Amino acid sequence: MRFQRSLLAAALSTALALPMTLPFTQAEAATPPNMLVIANRIDDIVSLDPHELFEFAGTDYANNVYDTLVVFDPADLSSGYQPGLAESWSVSEDGKTFTFKMRSGISFHSGNPVTAKDAEYSLRRVVALEKTPSFILTQFGFNKENMAETIRATDDGTLVITTDKKYAPSFVLNCFTAAVASIVDSKTVQEHEKDGDWGNEWLRTNSAGSGAYKLINWKPNESYSLQAAGNYWRGDVAMQRVIVRHIAESSAQRLLLEKGDIDVARNLSPEDVAGLSSDENVKVEDTLRGRIMYFSMNQKDPVLSKPKVVEALKYLVDYKGMEGSFLKGQYTVHQAFLPLTYMGELKDQPYSFDVDKAKALLAEAGEGDGFEVELIVRNAQERVEISQSLQNTFAQAGITATITQGTGKQTLGKYRSRDFQIYVGLWGPDYPDPHTNADTFANNPDNSDEAQLTGKLAWRNAWDIPEMTKRTDAAVQETDAKVRAQMYVDIQKDFQKVAPFAPMFQQVQQNAMRANVNGFNPGAAITAVFYWPVTK
Amino acid sequence: MTPPLFKLARALAATLLSVLLTIIGLLFVTFLIGRVMPVDPVLAIVGERASQEMYEAAYRSLGLDQPLYVQFWIFLKSVAAGDFGMSTLTARPVAEDVLRVFPATLELATLATIIGVCFGVPMGVISAVHEGRWPDHLVRLFGLFGYSMPVFWIGLMGLLVFYGILGWVGGPGRLDIYYEDIIPPVTGMILIDSLIAGDMTIFWNAVSHIILPASILGYYSLAYISRMTRSFMLEQLSQEYITTARVKGLSERAVIWRHALGNVMIPLITVVALSYATLLEGSVLTEVIFAWPGIGQYITNALLSADLNAVLGGTVVVGLVFILLNLLSDLLYKIVDPRAR
Repeated sequence: MRFQRSLLAAALSTALALPMTLPFTQAEAATPPNMLVIANRIDDIVSLDPHELFEFAGTDYANNVYDTLVVFDPADLSSGYQPGLAESWSVSEDGKTFTFKMRSGISFHSGNPVTAKDAEYSLRRVVALEKTPSFILTQFGFNKENMAETIRATDDGTLVITTDKKYAPSFVLNCFTAAVASIVDSKTVQEHEKDGDWGNEWLRTNSAGSGAYKLINWKPNESYSLQAAGNYWRGDVAMQRVIVRHIAESSAQRLLLEKGDIDVARNLSPEDVAGLSSDENVKVEDTLRGRIMYFSMNQKDPVLSKPKVVEALKYLVDYKGMEGSFLKGQYTVHQAFLPLTYMGELKDQPYSFDVDKAKALLAEAGEGDGFEVELIVRNAQERVEISQSLQNTFAQAGITATITQGTGKQTLGKYRSRDFQIYVGLWGPDYPDPHTNADTFANNPDNSDEAQLTGKLAWRNAWDIPEMTKRTDAAVQETDAKVRAQMYVDIQKDFQKVAPFAPMFQQVQQNAMRANVNGFNPGAAITAVFYWPVTK
Repeated sequence: MTPPLFKLARALAATLLSVLLTIIGLLFVTFLIGRVMPVDPVLAIVGERASQEMYEAAYRSLGLDQPLYVQFWIFLKSVAAGDFGMSTLTARPVAEDVLRVFPATLELATLATIIGVCFGVPMGVISAVHEGRWPDHLVRLFGLFGYSMPVFWIGLMGLLVFYGILGWVGGPGRLDIYYEDIIPPVTGMILIDSLIAGDMTIFWNAVSHIILPASILGYYSLAYISRMTRSFMLEQLSQEYITTARVKGLSERAVIWRHALGNVMIPLITVVALSYATLLEGSVLTEVIFAWPGIGQYITNALLSADLNAVLGGTVVVGLVFILLNLLSDLLYKIVDPRAR
């Protein structure tokens, strides 16, 4: 029996002592000084081809590996588009022909020089491949049949683009900053073409760019590693290596950050961010993202189509209350359809939670006794919580709201067929130009059921706005960028007054990083993250 | 041919035949599941914007216009060639993906099983010998705890305590992130690859990362193994031959560890093999919490995004592992138990 007892003791003490005897007991770690280690959810990346990817994590990648003709300056995003691989451009008098002069002396990672021929190849490639984000360029009238004439390099230093009609140059140039307009190394990509696929299969897992970094390793759903390519034309690159690791769990990201095993954590939950507030080795930076949370009122509904009712409901939203409680750190109050940091942004917040004012407006509309209404919402947590808050605040003015939850498909189906009363939803811009949202919120050329303009939010809400439609159409053709920006401000001011839309919040992202990380710019609402200006 | 050799060859042939039939059965069921799932394999390849001609061309090239048995034959041929098609999720051949993620699971599961066996078997024996007394209660309580705690809770707490507070072990992931992609992958198992490359820094770093998830998974298999060992032992200890051995004056150590445990080994092999096989399927929750890029996460991701080829490829590999382990435990049986030879 003594033997078994000693065995038991031995087993237990081994179990307890094992971790202590291991030779890797470590103090607080730190990542190497010239390496940036980032934890992020990157399982949405299905392709690394810049002309195919359209997800957040993918555009982050493209923004650091590829350059575009026109770029945003990470040091000053609000100054708008700037010369990129094109050092200058001119627009013809009819506003349809753009002539880009290429910057000289820039090379791809392969060593091949960046020329207008590469730009021609790249833009034609977007049109020919017809991947999801291609509409950002093809909306200017390019197609497979005409691309030989509409996208052309007249020599190594000049690229000429011809659009199908006159557009605001700022609209065209903003779209040319998008990842889909990345310039790829045509020689390298052509070497890997297979069965006329424009090298798509190869480029999905390889890189051929001229950006600050080149791809050295990519493991789907796991990580990608970038290496500084050297001699970057936009500035010094301090971080020689960047590793972006997929860490799905917020708490795991937080632990890694606290221990110094990563430099940046990009998906912390508000609880984990709050838990970091006392850690002086860590800082949290808020950045605006492009998504707008709103609710909208179907104008086919006899009650909701009364202007005073529309106005009253906008006063029945507890904007600050929601922002300060369950939306804390995720959304900030914003009442215009263009996200802040977009050209033509509007910061005005004319509405606040005011039950008395709402009651008075309802009485004026002849609805002083209240009414019943149905909110439809997708079963996503924060949207449901917002709907519950609305249900509560509507009730204070005598409006009985029922909430109907559904999957994205179900609610979207009702929304697109105009079969609803109030829709609570989220809208994200597709490209970095104000037209992307103006075109859907404030443009409805034909309000008839037969028109089926299901892509436009104004149509889905049966909002008949011939005048405003003309104004958004005019804005997208205005050649003077300043005048154009003011046009969007004016449209949004009127929109705030009369639209059956109540934009409530803009999305915020909280990036937590080690205190020694400087210059980490996630790109705000209009673009993606920049790794090259980061220093430690 | 001499009779014993002939007998051996016949036994071998019978085993191989049964394995082959099982594999074909596995492939057939997997194939049927693939056909029943409401996912259009053609759309997954050509994309939603493809023209009707492109769609039909891809439909024919996949052999979908052929009768079902022909399709199964095509499937068998491509699987035999190691071709599971392309994964829509990763845009890579499924076989390549599985080869990348499986070693991570294999490494983790193997270490976990070693931990489970090394601690579980002695604990089960001790528990049985002390039936009804405090060592028994302690072991059973310890096992019960392992059974009943949700793995994500133990995982998170383990990370918080041993990594976050004490700093004894590495964090999530197979290595500190900045060590990734340094040693060339040979087997895909970092512990082995780093030894091959002779890089002890990376080896110890990998050990510091694997020890916690392996201990947690090992704890689960320990709970199971110790419980089973206990009940097998109790059964043996009440047998007459044990009494005989004691009456003959054999030492208690010999009675327990040689006679009783010797006979317990046979059913125990099956228990260990089953528990190992379960771990090799990949423990999704552990893999998520420890950011461990194994096959469990891979199949789950594939399932959630309707990546049919990846699901089928993963399923076939897991199935093959089961078959292989069964075969292995059969062989071990024959070595351990003379009657089964």
